[in-house]
Amino acid sequence: MRVSRWLADRWVMIVALLVLGYLALPILVVAGLSFNRPSSRLSYDFNEFTLDNWRQPCATSDMCDAVVRSVQIGFVATVVATVLGTLMAFALVRHRFRGRSGINVLIFLPMATPELVMGTSLLALFVSAGVPQGFWTIVIAHVMFCVSFVVVTVKARLAGMDRRLEEAAMDLYASEWQTFRRITLPLVLPGIVAAALLAFSLSFDDFIITNFNAGTTVTFPMYVWGAAQRGIPPQVNVIGTAMFVIALLLVGLSSLRGRRARRANLLTGPAQPRPTRRPS
Amino acid sequence: MTLLAPTGSGQAPPAPPAARSGRHRLLPYLLLLPGAAWLLIFFGVPLVQLAAASLYDPSGSLSTGYALTWAFGNYPDVVQAYWPQFLRSFGYAGLALVLALLLGYPLAYAIAQKAGRWKNLLLVCVVAPMFTSFLVRTLAWKTILSDNGALVGLLRDVHLLAPDGRLLATPFAVVLGLTYNFLPFLVLPLYASLERLDYRLLEAATDLYASPVQAFRRVTLPLSMPGLVAGTLLFFIPASGDYINAELLGTPNEYMIGNVIDSAFLVRLDYPQGAALSFLLMAAILAVVFGYLRRAGTEEVL
Repeated sequence: MRVSRWLADRWVMIVALLVLGYLALPILVVAGLSFNRPSSRLSYDFNEFTLDNWRQPCATSDMCDAVVRSVQIGFVATVVATVLGTLMAFALVRHRFRGRSGINVLIFLPMATPELVMGTSLLALFVSAGVPQGFWTIVIAHVMFCVSFVVVTVKARLAGMDRRLEEAAMDLYASEWQTFRRITLPLVLPGIVAAALLAFSLSFDDFIITNFNAGTTVTFPMYVWGAAQRGIPPQVNVIGTAMFVIALLLVGLSSLRGRRARRANLLTGPAQPRPTRRPS
Repeated sequence: MTLLAPTGSGQAPPAPPAARSGRHRLLPYLLLLPGAAWLLIFFGVPLVQLAAASLYDPSGSLSTGYALTWAFGNYPDVVQAYWPQFLRSFGYAGLALVLALLLGYPLAYAIAQKAGRWKNLLLVCVVAPMFTSFLVRTLAWKTILSDNGALVGLLRDVHLLAPDGRLLATPFAVVLGLTYNFLPFLVLPLYASLERLDYRLLEAATDLYASPVQAFRRVTLPLSMPGLVAGTLLFFIPASGDYINAELLGTPNEYMIGNVIDSAFLVRLDYPQGAALSFLLMAAILAVVFGYLRRAGTEEVL
């Protein structure tokens, strides 16, 4: 009985690790190919080890232009979407008002609609309104599909916040604005930062919606799509690997900070009132 | 008090000063206005425009302009022309979903119940693929499944694949790519449900002489239903609308409805047809989703 239980436990874990391997395999391949000198432009096979791609990531200059453009679009779209979404989250968590369920549907729908439908419908709008497509139509589209994700992320943080901290500040004669700046904002900030990072990564990696609204503007995913037909320069894998490493470092840093803060709390006692503790 | 006022459960706040109550009532609308306007103008209005475009006179063109003639005939026309791609989209997405459930359920279960202190690390591993570009990852499968690659060589050696058999440019490659690309969307909600599962319930089932299979069917599976339903939808909706995997890993014989819509709008510039196809895709997905939700019987998801 005990032996079969042991086996059953391991069986699930072994399958899980194999599935994780399946998920990790393409990343390893991308990292490997970033050190590859392909035998021909259309070859996807590993040929010869080289460091050239990392030494000269911008050897094909259109690719780096596309990366820069993606970062610019991602930055503008993230700032706008984060501001709009945070305001909406505050309204939804902190206020009662008529039309709330309608707003919730409006926020939910873009997340449930296939990207293809959002992309083609925006294209239909821009064409019928005679708007020339390019940088700004991409930004408009990206803000549109990022806002909902920002609202959901910030809302979760706001809903889990202890309101008594704000009430305490007000009791101590802080003005409304002081309370917001010194108490509310610092407490919600991690949620806002997480939402902004999510929005940036959604924007930077979007292909389908961008493809329909880009005109002749080329973002990084659109460059890769076009290059897939003409032959992929190996530097694309350098960008892919670098993105992965940067994202991993960000995650590592944030978890390290969280752990250090917790340890400091354990050693010196909580410096601030703990929001989770309830008076009994 | 306006910005932070707790207004309880829908009851009027205790008599605020008259001068402030007007501002108080308006504030939520002011906060919502920019975001809601953006969504209405760039998500809501375009859908109406797409519906209108699907009813344009099909004989028009971009240069001569389109006339809205309520040409409902566009719909039967596109169904007749492209029903194989429609069927293929849902077939591939459905197959990929079955595969993803077989792979994703044990993974989510292992992380939620068996991983202990490694839980967070394993969760990062699940989302890690999304740290790098979708297209670059999908192209990596071209290398893995390549005719000269190790995988094809191995399968040929053990005679699972004919000596001239291929993996790339087959339906198998497309389904594998779909499974891979959307698996994290299935695993994360499933994990969230399974994490809340009380292990003592399983012990109780075992104490009452349930076999492991029975315990899974009668305890674990029902309790993970909300996550299962949410994950299935998060997987199926993008997978059935995807055309990147079919384009990069398949051939025109594997084209899904997304490929047709893409070329209708961007290559053939046939807007009425593309719009009709987009609308049909959305309607079909909604029908599948609601039918599924009704059968799964969990309304709490929406």
